[in-house]
Amino acid sequence: MSLTTHFPLCFLFSLFQMQFMLLFSRQGKLRLQKWYVPLSDKEKKKITRELVQTVLARKPKMCSFLEWRDLKIVYKRYASLYFCCAIEDQDNELITLEIIHRYVELLDKYFGSVCELDIIFNFEKAYFILDEFLLGGEAQETSKKNVLKAIEQADLLQEVRHRMKSK
Amino acid sequence: MSPSVPLQEMIRAIRSARTQCEERGVIQRECAAIRAQFRQVDNGARSHNLAKLLYVHMLGYPAHFGQMECVRMIASPRYSEKRVGYLGAMMLLDEKQDASLLITNSIKNDLSHSNQYVQSLALCTLACMGSAEMCRDLAPEIDRLLRASNSYIKKKAALCAVHIVRKVQDLGELFAPAARSLLSEKNHGVLHGAVVLITELCERNPETLERFRKTVPDLVQIMKGLVISGYSPEHDVAGISDPFLQVRILRLLRILGRNNEAASDAMNDLLAQVATNTDSTKTVGNAVLYETVLTVLDIKSESGLRVLAVNILGRFLLNNDRNIRYIAMTSLQRIVGTDHNAVQRHRGTIVDCLKDQDASVKRRALELSLALVSASNIRSMMKELLLFLSSCPPELRAQAASGIFYAAERYAPSQRWHIDTILHVLTTAGGDVRDETVPNLIQLITNASELHCYTVHKLYRALLNDISQQSLVQVACWCIGEYGDLLLRGECQETEPAQVTEDDVLDALETVLQSHMSSPATRGFALTATMKLSTRILDNVDRIRSIVSIYGSCIDVELQQRAVEYNALFRKYDHMRAAVLERMPVIEKNSPGHTNGESAGEPMKEIQPPKVKQGEPLLPQQPANQKDGVTLTLSCEKQSDSVLTVTLTASNSTDSDMSSFTLQAAVPKVCLSTSNAKEAFSVRTCTYSRLCKTTQSYDALSYDEHQSVRGKVWSIRCKTTNYIREEENHCLISKINKAVAVFNKKLYHFPPPNLAFNSRC
Repeated sequence: MSLTTHFPLCFLFSLFQMQFMLLFSRQGKLRLQKWYVPLSDKEKKKITRELVQTVLARKPKMCSFLEWRDLKIVYKRYASLYFCCAIEDQDNELITLEIIHRYVELLDKYFGSVCELDIIFNFEKAYFILDEFLLGGEAQETSKKNVLKAIEQADLLQEVRHRMKSK
Repeated sequence: MSPSVPLQEMIRAIRSARTQCEERGVIQRECAAIRAQFRQVDNGARSHNLAKLLYVHMLGYPAHFGQMECVRMIASPRYSEKRVGYLGAMMLLDEKQDASLLITNSIKNDLSHSNQYVQSLALCTLACMGSAEMCRDLAPEIDRLLRASNSYIKKKAALCAVHIVRKVQDLGELFAPAARSLLSEKNHGVLHGAVVLITELCERNPETLERFRKTVPDLVQIMKGLVISGYSPEHDVAGISDPFLQVRILRLLRILGRNNEAASDAMNDLLAQVATNTDSTKTVGNAVLYETVLTVLDIKSESGLRVLAVNILGRFLLNNDRNIRYIAMTSLQRIVGTDHNAVQRHRGTIVDCLKDQDASVKRRALELSLALVSASNIRSMMKELLLFLSSCPPELRAQAASGIFYAAERYAPSQRWHIDTILHVLTTAGGDVRDETVPNLIQLITNASELHCYTVHKLYRALLNDISQQSLVQVACWCIGEYGDLLLRGECQETEPAQVTEDDVLDALETVLQSHMSSPATRGFALTATMKLSTRILDNVDRIRSIVSIYGSCIDVELQQRAVEYNALFRKYDHMRAAVLERMPVIEKNSPGHTNGESAGEPMKEIQPPKVKQGEPLLPQQPANQKDGVTLTLSCEKQSDSVLTVTLTASNSTDSDMSSFTLQAAVPKVCLSTSNAKEAFSVRTCTYSRLCKTTQSYDALSYDEHQSVRGKVWSIRCKTTNYIREEENHCLISKINKAVAVFNKKLYHFPPPNLAFNSRC
């Protein structure tokens, strides 16, 4: 099954696009999934299962890139978590590695020395941070400082309203 | 910040479940509680409940009952609820769900919300899962935001526009003007978004591309600013200033410079500068260099710049980082056609990468190595490739095998080398080669007539070693059948001759016949080979006879049919057996005029259909064989896909009549289910009382058995059934067997005409 067979035709024209990002543990448990292309739940599950299996089977010193179906997969392991992105044929794998690294840095700054448990117990925050860094699969802000500032402000807003409500 | 305690408690409870069953129990209870809560009126904990549901959904459990709750939450005035609501929408709703349309209105409202963080939520969601309809609906809003809002919103609106254009290509026109003006912004986020948007617009619309070419100088300026300017802490990554933006600009330049001299010229200096000044010690620098190289190689760049780019790739190839080596090979693959010599310089390193541990690197190295094979390096390259084949991962074997075959065919320095190479591949990876390898190899072998002895010896030894590789076994059986006499002779120039007895050879073939490893096709080969040996060996013909008769009751229909026919060849047509089983002629691949199937009914070159008008001479057919005044010709006509008419005509040019002659033709019945031509024979007989002298032109069509009229030509028409069906990419070789004429009880057999039917190979 090729991902491209399930897309409306316009997706076939896109040469540079991140299709999805997955975070999973070494036991294969999914910790975050962000899909930038429309797929049914069943398809997502199938893709996740297969990809997780493929990446976990890789040995430590191997290349961070692999070809899977007709996509390029860029992955990197940070402690107990695998960060895995699917990009398209013409995309630059090396800069995708940098994107992954930037996201990890953001998480690290936000949670203070982030570990897997932080992402498990605060998964919605991980999403919020990701959504402040990437939009529609593309980087929206290239300054670390600005991303963190925006998250801070949004969190504050949540707080304020929350407190206001309970008055 | 208040931790979402209920959420974290639930997570803890789920994680402490010791079995899958327990976990399911916890989740079921929680979901029930959540469902109940959803039904209640606003209770201040809605966002927690939805968050819980989203967590459960991530574990893989169904959560569709939360969809409507997402819709409700998005419409809430509270930011905390909106935030989780939108998150839920992105996770649970996609454009395929009907419920997604319900949030269109909320998104529309939130796009013009007074608070930018609310606007941000709406933009993010639209860019993530907006359907085509939603995009059409909201495009004007996005355009407005592109023009008049703060940088925070502009950068998001730009990427939202990208998504819209991906969904509804026509809307690109709408965003083009705004995109143009965004290029003059200073904010990096906005610039980045603008560049991505312009890239998307240009890729989809060639006219837009033309218009945006004018921006090349601006882009060059921006890029220069990034490369040269001083340290900017905000955007710095390991000494590179905003690599993400740099890469995007380079990519846009690539698209704008492609196929355009002027644009390529304008960016030449910049690219040279980036290529030389970018620090390549860290990945981030290499990422920029990589994009630069891709751009240089794709536009109409100066040759000096091209050389620079290829050299960068060469440096990448030597990098310790496996990722960089992989990238280098990917890029070299792209240019191996256009800059072949430049890539050849790095052949040694590439070949070394064949031995890398990583399968991805191996694959790239294989593709590149195959592309670098040339007449001058074929011997050394083939050594490496064969070495690779013996230890390569299974998923690469088929590709390696077919690549090797192709290279061998193009650049083989000698026939013996070619045959050796193919045999080597068949012994190492026989299971992974394509079907047409067998007929191709057979053809190669027949063409190398000086090497028949050598080949059959090698194949015999290979067969003794291992009968599991079907392709190899098939070729070996065929060779032994054809050249078994050379094997038994015990002398060979090119290799150590084998001391083989007839029994040994027959043992080998019988082993193949009886082995459960042999496929039906292989067994067919073995049986035919056994039969052929009956004319090449002296002592053991009886053994062959008994083998053949055993298989006359074989359960495999094809084998049974062959056996029965061979039996017939032993009994009724023994006088024809030697002729029928003679050595095959040299098979010509793709001989002109011999391709069938091009138009039904079209005869072969130089052969006319038997229909000739009265009085017209029969044009010479191929070939005309003459002996003792008897002329024998064969012609064929394909009547339909499954019927071929073979006409065998005999004519008498002596002065007197010939009496009591029999004309027999052995015509192969070619059945097609695989690419192998199966040699099975059926014999047609026609008995005539007289063959009269012919002096004048012929009337080929009519004949009358009982008349002996001068000037008549007698012919046999044989219809072969199940004739060759067209199969792509298979070389099918079939032979209309020789005409064997028996005149006056004397056997005349004529060498077979060179009739090879090949489908397009």
